[in-house]
Amino acid sequence: MSGLLEGKRILITGVITDSSIAFHTARVAQQQGAQVVLTGFGRLKLVERIAARLPEKAPVIELDVTNDQHLAGLADSVSEHVDGLDGVVHSIGYAPESCLGAEFMAAPWEDVSNTLQISAYSLNSLTRACLPLLGEGASVVGMDFDARVAWPAYDWMGVAKAALESTSRYLARELGPRGIRVNLVSAGPVRTMAAKSIPGFQQLEDTWGERAPLGWDVEDPEPVGRTVCTVLSDWLPKTTGSMIMTDGGFHALGA
Amino acid sequence: MANEEITSGLASIVEEVAGVDAEEVSVEKSFVDDLDIDSLSMVEIAVQAEDKFGVKIPDDELANLKTVGDAVDYIVKNA
Repeated sequence: MSGLLEGKRILITGVITDSSIAFHTARVAQQQGAQVVLTGFGRLKLVERIAARLPEKAPVIELDVTNDQHLAGLADSVSEHVDGLDGVVHSIGYAPESCLGAEFMAAPWEDVSNTLQISAYSLNSLTRACLPLLGEGASVVGMDFDARVAWPAYDWMGVAKAALESTSRYLARELGPRGIRVNLVSAGPVRTMAAKSIPGFQQLEDTWGERAPLGWDVEDPEPVGRTVCTVLSDWLPKTTGSMIMTDGGFHALGA
Repeated sequence: MANEEITSGLASIVEEVAGVDAEEVSVEKSFVDDLDIDSLSMVEIAVQAEDKFGVKIPDDELANLKTVGDAVDYIVKNA
């Protein structure tokens, strides 16, 4: 039996540990037949060690999404490993301390702009950098946390996710004529390195499983990885500019 | 593996990851307070230690390993 992503070439950002959503996306993608290339930020040696824990060791390219040289060279670096891309996964976010679980109204603009650049604008930077390799039918997927409402502690990262949601819609509009889809997977909380750095996020984790009609396990990134892989596949061919809710149904309930 | 061997193996990992002189890494030292190691460096040290000593250090356990000695004990028990 062939996999959901047989023969697909996928670039995945955002792996830092083996609890990363991106790691589990890469794992499921490989299990479904994809050829995976990773990008890493900052701690390349760590990312390379983690890449070696995938079913098949994946190559790692250094990428700081705020570095114009990295972005300009990305397509060439990717081409050393694969002859094109069928999918790109954006799993990148950052906020300084002032922007997460601190005093919302006191966050200085420099910190907020940094948050927006790395967590939202980078979807555009990354997609643009990969565009020479993306053909008809390609799929760009970003990781979202429902930004239509306000959350405890999530603060300016929530604002950045709202910007990410809008950016994905505009990219869908730009790239639709080329047959390229751009979607977000809006996941429930998963206990990753990134999530642990959010002070006060635990209260969200605790209530999610109780409220979600399908339940929710913050220790299990598999459902999110599977969903991302489905969006990368050919099986959602007319879905673009969408948020795919992978949250156990939490979003559907008022209380 | 002997405790001393694990301590010296761990010390060379700490030196490589965090740039702390291996000589400074002794069992009574706290990773955060004495050796000034940040959380992401701790993760990298743990991942290298997993590969080197054949143990699994879950994230929740990692938070309990305050000193070098805590880490050595954990590795001795779980390797």
